[in-house]
Amino acid sequence: MARLRLATVWLGGCSGCHMSFLDMDEYLLELAEIVDVVFSPLVDSKTYPEGVDVVLVEGAICNVEHMEMIHRVRSNSRVLISFGDCAVTGNVSAIRNVLGGALPVLKCSYEERSDPAGMIPSPNDIVPQLLDRVVPVHAVVKVDLFLPGCPPSGPMIRTALEKVLAGETIDLMEHHLSFGGYGRPRNSEGSSTASSSSTAPS
Amino acid sequence: MAVKTLSLDGQLISARDGQTLLEAARESGVSIPTLCHLDGLDPVGACRLCLVEVNGRLMPSCLTRVAEEMEVWTQTERLQRYRKQIVELLFAERNHICSVCVANGNCELQDLAMRLGVDHLRYAPQEPQCEVDLSHERYGLDHNRCVLCTRCVRVCDEIEGAHTWDVAGRGTNCRVITDLHQPWGSASTCTSCGKCVMACPTGALFHRGASVSENVHDRETLHALILAREEKQWLV
Repeated sequence: MARLRLATVWLGGCSGCHMSFLDMDEYLLELAEIVDVVFSPLVDSKTYPEGVDVVLVEGAICNVEHMEMIHRVRSNSRVLISFGDCAVTGNVSAIRNVLGGALPVLKCSYEERSDPAGMIPSPNDIVPQLLDRVVPVHAVVKVDLFLPGCPPSGPMIRTALEKVLAGETIDLMEHHLSFGGYGRPRNSEGSSTASSSSTAPS
Repeated sequence: MAVKTLSLDGQLISARDGQTLLEAARESGVSIPTLCHLDGLDPVGACRLCLVEVNGRLMPSCLTRVAEEMEVWTQTERLQRYRKQIVELLFAERNHICSVCVANGNCELQDLAMRLGVDHLRYAPQEPQCEVDLSHERYGLDHNRCVLCTRCVRVCDEIEGAHTWDVAGRGTNCRVITDLHQPWGSASTCTSCGKCVMACPTGALFHRGASVSENVHDRETLHALILAREEKQWLV
């Protein structure tokens, strides 16, 4: 059987999801037995290749480079997994949306709050131009599986990858899917262990 | 005491006259998701998460009284679909960034999302500009996280008796307010008792200085207060 081609992509995120990917620890060795990592910030590849079986996409779509990349990722990949809260909801990356477009944010960062005042990078500079609105991945391309969490835990990523690589369907609800950080331990009702009797049967 | 017999998810159950469907369901071990409901406070049926099907019609279980020969379904595919949709709309309506919220891991909206299998939002976030009120010396109010459940309004009115909180505005401009829209710190009716903070299901009301995951909403203390007041039972 041909080895599966796995990719991970880092867009507008903090790389925490990739750190969580590394948190799979010894499973990484098992994974290396069955997949080739053909593109990732963790390996030295510059161009997103064709024929990728599974890709984990971390981060929101924040700039023109991300936009171009996500279209290429989608067209070259069979299964696209939205990886972490930034990819799923926009999360912290999308906080700037409330401030009303890219220009007010750039003005604030480079001119008003910067000491000494700097210059807003021009579109011709090497930094990619910001989009006016940060959007989650599924707002731009079709997503096959969502892995929310900031970041999703190592065991959660492992569960998802094992199922997806085996070509099986997956119900992540059994695995305490949640937005945000790990938070408190959950009880069997799915509620945090802190009191919330309004959601529990009396 | 009059007893009503009704069908709940296909099982015949008996309930006391005057009980709500939510109470009867819970006594029968059936869990119905709620958000605006808090035991001890008057139900308002605001969030619509506790909708059930009564003889084919959708009714809020927190407000609907049991009646003879009701046929009630609590977990139909239609209800699950609507509940999931409601939670997604609540997330989309304001700016809920779980990972930087003081209530992360201690939030009923977050719990509901997980329980109902919300893994992403199908609706574009509205991204309204919401203020944060830190004028009170002990507590903070972040409108970004408010779901307008009015628990704070009801707990302040019905248990503390201060009625500092109220609701102003309509639609996207709807906000909980203190004392005729004064900053919370200037609200002269506020007794700083903190019951509103205990009751809040999300990170909208929080203890100042509490870092992420430390902002514990102490709903149990409210229940103890209600028990002491109404049943004359004091928990030590």
